[in-house]
Order: sequence, then C-alpha cells, then structure tokens
Amino acid sequence: MSHPQPSSQQTETAPALRIRARGRSFLALVLSPEAPLTDWLNGLDHQIARSGSLFSGKPIILDLDLLAEDTPDLDGFQSALVARGLRIVGIEGGDRSWPAVAQWDWPAPLDGGKAAGPVELPDASVDSAPHQASPPLPGKTLIVDETVRSGQRIQNLEGDVVILGSVSSGAEIVSAGSIHVYGALRGRAIAGITEHSGARIFAQKMEAELLAIDGFYTTADELEASSFGNAAQALLINDQITLRAL
Amino acid sequence: MAKVLVVTSGKGGVGKTTSTAALGAALARSGQNVVVVDFDVGLRNLDLVMGAERRVVFDLINVVQGDARLAQALIRDKRCETLSILPASQTRDKDALTSEGVAKVIDELREKFDWIICDSPAGIERGAQLAMYHADAAVIVTNPEVSSVRDSDRIIGLLDSKTARAERGEKIDKHLLLTRYDPARAARKEMLSVEDVLEILSIPLVGIVPESEDVLKASNIGSPVTLASPDSLPARAYQEAARRLTGEELEVSVPIEKRGLFEWLFKRRGA
Repeated sequence: MSHPQPSSQQTETAPALRIRARGRSFLALVLSPEAPLTDWLNGLDHQIARSGSLFSGKPIILDLDLLAEDTPDLDGFQSALVARGLRIVGIEGGDRSWPAVAQWDWPAPLDGGKAAGPVELPDASVDSAPHQASPPLPGKTLIVDETVRSGQRIQNLEGDVVILGSVSSGAEIVSAGSIHVYGALRGRAIAGITEHSGARIFAQKMEAELLAIDGFYTTADELEASSFGNAAQALLINDQITLRAL
Repeated sequence: MAKVLVVTSGKGGVGKTTSTAALGAALARSGQNVVVVDFDVGLRNLDLVMGAERRVVFDLINVVQGDARLAQALIRDKRCETLSILPASQTRDKDALTSEGVAKVIDELREKFDWIICDSPAGIERGAQLAMYHADAAVIVTNPEVSSVRDSDRIIGLLDSKTARAERGEKIDKHLLLTRYDPARAARKEMLSVEDVLEILSIPLVGIVPESEDVLKASNIGSPVTLASPDSLPARAYQEAARRLTGEELEVSVPIEKRGLFEWLFKRRGA
C-alpha cells in the first residue's frame, strides 16, 4: 500500500493513474503486563513454550495501564520483549514522560482498532489448526449399512466413514476423515487420523467410550453429561474435544 | 428341508445347554424330527440335561474321526421318539474337531432330521466358530446383564462374518432369547430391562424365559423343562419360542411381577 508520488513529468492532459488499494486486517494481540514484571515475563516464556508460533510474527500492542511509573524493571522491559521475538507495533496506556520508559522505542500510535475480546491462548505445543471450513478430505467415503458389533473394527484410511446402524460398545471405527453414526455410538470413534484436525464425529445418540480427533482423545468419563445420550457432534477446539448438541 | 440352528452366547452360564434341550424337546413334541448336538467338546453337558448320560457309547468326536457311524452315536430320547441327541466327548479336547469332519456330520444329519440344534461352547474360539459355521439360524442366549449383552453383541458380529452363509454373502437368521429374566429385579432396576437389551443388540426377540426353580429342577432330574413340567412359565416361554422359530408369529409377552410391593416387603422381613 505504497503511495507513489505523481511524477512531475505527468502532463495535465494524461489522466492520473488510478492506484489500487486493498484492505487487510490483522488481529493484534494486546498484552497487559502486570507487576512484578519478572514473574509476568516468566509466565510469558511459559506460554511461548507451550504455544509455539502463536506470538511469532504477530503484531503486539503493549498496554501499560496496569503498571505504574515506579514499577521495578520497567526500563529494560521493552528490550526483554523484543528479545523474545515479539513485534511491538503500538504502546498504549502509561506515559512517555515516565523516566523509566524514556529510552523506549515508541512506535507511532495506531488508531481505529476495534476491541476483539480476549484471545484464548492455546495450551499444547502443537498449533491449533483453523476449525471452521476445513477442506474436505479427498478420498472415498465408506458406508456401512448395519450395526458394527462389539469386537469389530471398521477402518477407512482415505475418507469419511458413515455407519447407518449403531456402533456397539467394544467396537472401533477409524477414519481419516469424519465419522457419521446414524444410530447410537457406544464404542470408540477415532477420526482424522491423517492429521485432519477438522474432522468431526457425529452421532444420533452419543454414548461413546472414546472419541479421538487428530490424536487428541477424550473418554466417556470426561464427556459432558448433558450431551451424553443425545444427538451430538464432537469437534476439536483448541486441541480439546468438545461436544455440541446437534 | 433341514434347518441347522446354533444356540450360542459369548458368556458362559447363561443357559445355552438348558435352552438347547428345552427348544429341541419343544420342537420334537410338535412332531418334527429333531437332533440336538453337543459341540462343547471337553465338557459335555447336554447329555446330562437330557438324561442320556448313561447311554453314551460313541460321541461326536468318534463320528467326526470316522471311528463310529452316525447311527451308532445318535441316542434317541426315551420320552419323545422324534428327539435324538449326539453327545460330545469328555475325554478328548476341542482340537479334535476338524472343520471337514463337522461338515460331513452336519451333511449327514441334514438328511435325517428336520432340525439340527447345535449347542455351542461359550466364547469366540474355534469350537464356537465350528458350531456356528453351518448354521442357517442362530439363537443368541443372553442374560439381562451388561457383560452378557456385550459378549452377545460380539457373537452376533461373528455370526455375520464367520459362517458359511455369511461367506456366501447371505444372512443368517438371528433370534434373541433372554433367559434368567427376573421381573421383580427388573422392576427394581437391578437388571437390564428388555428394552435396553433389545436396543443394544437390535435383533428380533424370540422369547423371554423367566428365572425359575423349575428350570433348575428339570436340569437336575435330567429332563428338558419343556418335558419335565410343560405347564410351568419357563416351559411355556420355550414352547412359544419354538413356535416362533418355525415361523409362527406370536407376540412376546414380558413377564411382570405379580406380587405387590407390601407383600414383597413382608416376605423379605419374614425371611
């Protein structure tokens, strides 16, 4: 989005070149450090270790509202953040006249930002993949016309699995894509085994012994009681299997 | 045309042998030629329940291995002349059964009888699979308790995949026989309800046999309950189940607890 200066050679007869502009918005993370700053930095390090690339390359806005002029360690705080690879694009709150921050590199203030609510920081070392509109998996859907009995194992390493009957306790369904059960799901359902985190598990009656999507699993004990026995879907949100009513 | 029926279950002790004898006797009493075959090699119980243990000379293994002719091993029931038994061997182990031998025996039995009822050993091992392999229909015996239901579910899966019919792409008729059903305990939710079992197994119900002393008594005097006390509740349940197996459409009634709650409390206190 550069703004080229019109060339002085341009004659008045030639029409002015129409330049193109496109919008692109980024979500800037707003960090609000709290005193004592060494503890807060420890917490930040911990979060960086767990969430991998969440902070790298992301614009960060530092909100100093929770800090005071005389907060210890404030003078070296900015360089501590930069050393951790954070890209500070704006600083809010606080005051440039504080002696501790006099040596800071204050970026030009940004405006027009809209508050976007708290951003949930992931808890595992793998980045959470986008949940919405995951691309459909190429490959064939496997349709099973009947009930899958205890001890049986249905496996489709290419695409989805559709079960028209029930899946009995002690049976196991393994799918590269999603799993759809039109009866009761009482056995184990393992979806998205080819690292397909957008896979989901649908059941007319959700009573699964174990649900797994892309390697993350949960057992019947941990399922929300409200969804148990009802029509529900399981999907991965922040690397957690979450049940939702259908 | 002869029909091969396997009486099977995943779990032991649910009443397979009792049910084989009772169903066999009920079918035989209706005039059909019936043979009950004990596939539980190594244990041998069916002859006891049928009261034929003292008449066993040759057994299934002798016939399978060609040491005896089928006619020598078949024992005709004394109370019902259309009922025969082919006992199992107690001295041999179950590896003595070969699939070719079993196929030959079943073929021979098909020529002589209307019904060949195979009493399967419990479980999913080779003996059980040999017993079910030639079956046209199966009675899955289940108690109203979770472990029995789950193991039955496993057996139904095997019936759909490991039988000659399944290998030819055909279906085998499956019938659920719920045994040792106690209406009082079901009412107190101490055992699974009929609906629960049916919902999990989703195969047609052929009968509900109530838990009863009559069954135990009949077993111990060596007579199928349908012959020993034909008017008892369990005998009637077996008779109706046998009629359903021949294709008659009868509604299955769920036994209910007749005694009132107060009477039950009173009886408990007295005990």
